[in-house]
Amino acid sequence: MEKHSTEQLQAICSQVRRDILRMVHACQSGHPGASLGCTEFFVALYFDQMKHNKNFNIDGIGEDLFFLSNGHISPVWYSVLSRSGYFDTKELATFRKINSRLQGHPATEEGLPGIRVASGSLGQGLSVAIGAALTKKMNGDKQTVYALMGDGEQQEGQIWEAAMCAPHHKVDNLIASIDLNGQQIDGPTKEIMNLLDLKAKWEAFGWEVIVTENGNDITNVLQSLEKAKSLLGKGKPVLNLLHTDMGFGVDFMVGTHKWHGVAPNDEQLEKALGQLEETLGDY
Amino acid sequence: MEKTLDTKYTYTEKKDTRSGFGDGFLELGRKNKNVVGLCADLIGSLKMGAFQKEFPDRFFQVGISEANMMGLAAGMTIGGKIPFTGTFANFSTGRVYDQIRQSIAYSEKNVKICASHAGLTLGEDGATHQILEDVGMMKMLPNMTVINPCDYNQTKAATLAIADHEGPVYLRFGRPSWPIFTPADQPFEIGKAWKMIDGKDVSLFATGHLVWEAVVAEAMLREEGISVELINIHTIKPLDTAAILASVAKTGCAVTAEEHQLNGGLGDSVAQTLIRNNPAPQEFVGVDDSFGESGKPVDLLEKYGLNAENIVKAVKKAIARK
Repeated sequence: MEKHSTEQLQAICSQVRRDILRMVHACQSGHPGASLGCTEFFVALYFDQMKHNKNFNIDGIGEDLFFLSNGHISPVWYSVLSRSGYFDTKELATFRKINSRLQGHPATEEGLPGIRVASGSLGQGLSVAIGAALTKKMNGDKQTVYALMGDGEQQEGQIWEAAMCAPHHKVDNLIASIDLNGQQIDGPTKEIMNLLDLKAKWEAFGWEVIVTENGNDITNVLQSLEKAKSLLGKGKPVLNLLHTDMGFGVDFMVGTHKWHGVAPNDEQLEKALGQLEETLGDY
Repeated sequence: MEKTLDTKYTYTEKKDTRSGFGDGFLELGRKNKNVVGLCADLIGSLKMGAFQKEFPDRFFQVGISEANMMGLAAGMTIGGKIPFTGTFANFSTGRVYDQIRQSIAYSEKNVKICASHAGLTLGEDGATHQILEDVGMMKMLPNMTVINPCDYNQTKAATLAIADHEGPVYLRFGRPSWPIFTPADQPFEIGKAWKMIDGKDVSLFATGHLVWEAVVAEAMLREEGISVELINIHTIKPLDTAAILASVAKTGCAVTAEEHQLNGGLGDSVAQTLIRNNPAPQEFVGVDDSFGESGKPVDLLEKYGLNAENIVKAVKKAIARK
């Protein structure tokens, strides 16, 4: 894959954000907030970090694999997959509509290229990623498995079963990230169910923990993912605490839980798109 | 009592069906290098120890974390492994229903959920562990195959067969020592009912441990001049509707027998088949909307109305309704 410059990656982020907003606007549903917040992370993975093949094969032998546990941020994933060539960008217009491969939450049943497991019911993705990482080890496949979770999702019990399991089985080909935007549907995580010190918790469970201070700065995201990679192969899984702002890129959406699962109206869409340059051509 | 009966199938040995799973699983390990095992702290109970010993690199102890185990198994299929999960039926279904639903069934993952200690015959541990709803939960899931073999030999044959079947499978077996009355070298075809005894007065559809009770019941009824057609329904989903309809077309009535709640079990599936195609009187042997309790397996089957005597009563009732 050709190497993209920082400026090119930023330009892709701008287009992905336009895609996200137009997708949720078109069906008047979906989750724009954390999709916007995780845009740099997805672009960094698919346009820089991961070795992957747009001619999709579910087994992904010899490829890096990505698993999204917080499946509600499907808009950013769908946009990045289509902009990476997995499927035509025109298909983004079908998001959440009947007879679409772009289900509200990611699914395999309709055969959308790039998706390896359904997610949406929270707490399950890390376990699946650990399983895939163990199979890579059994197969002698040296590639890396990536996973993304939400921070609200840390309230699910299964996350901590998985957190205990990966170090025990020395799953050191896995980089899991947590989107730390501090927001969930009902409000700030601190008020809903305080997560307290996630770094200390994951370290106590036996993970190598790194912190991405600014997950909306593509350079910072890339540095963190490089650092994470350097820690692989040493007997421990790696956990990346990815600080992001929900709604990043649109001034009236940023930093609040109010846009977690709400679509913009016509006027709001126009205002938001005015803040994001069309760099690759709208679908 | 059963020993004095002229049953059409007999046994010389009793063994638990979970040992049929364990022995089949070990054989699979030798035959298919893609088969891997996971267990949630019940390796001894599930008889998975021999596989673990022989194939330590393909076996994962996951501790008491069944939800995580189901997710791991789903993930392991990506890259071509065929994971077999092992825990009690209760913890294989109710405890992890959403994980199975999303990560395995909806995601079409090639996971084999192997569930021991199902039903009342778990015995002394009591109702917390005696799941009687698992078949219902699993058969409701699209993409899921549900298998409930009847003895050691059939469980071993089923264990070998499911590895060759692409897609999620729920394999249900049990704890107690039980008659081995089916052949060791039996073919096992998923979704294909086995007509064990030809008859003309009633179609008796039985699954799991109750197939043996049905064999005994058939002998008791034969002594009274009633001709029973006994069909072994080892696969509850997909159901062999052709075999069911062909039999009931001949006999005119049906009885189902299972170690499960009446709600959601084999009986429901048979009733749906009949009502859509050839409505006929049907009687149900199973647990009638109650939890179990501690006790010896045989005593529990008697108390909850699941033994040969109850099948005999149900058969007579069904015939009387023709």
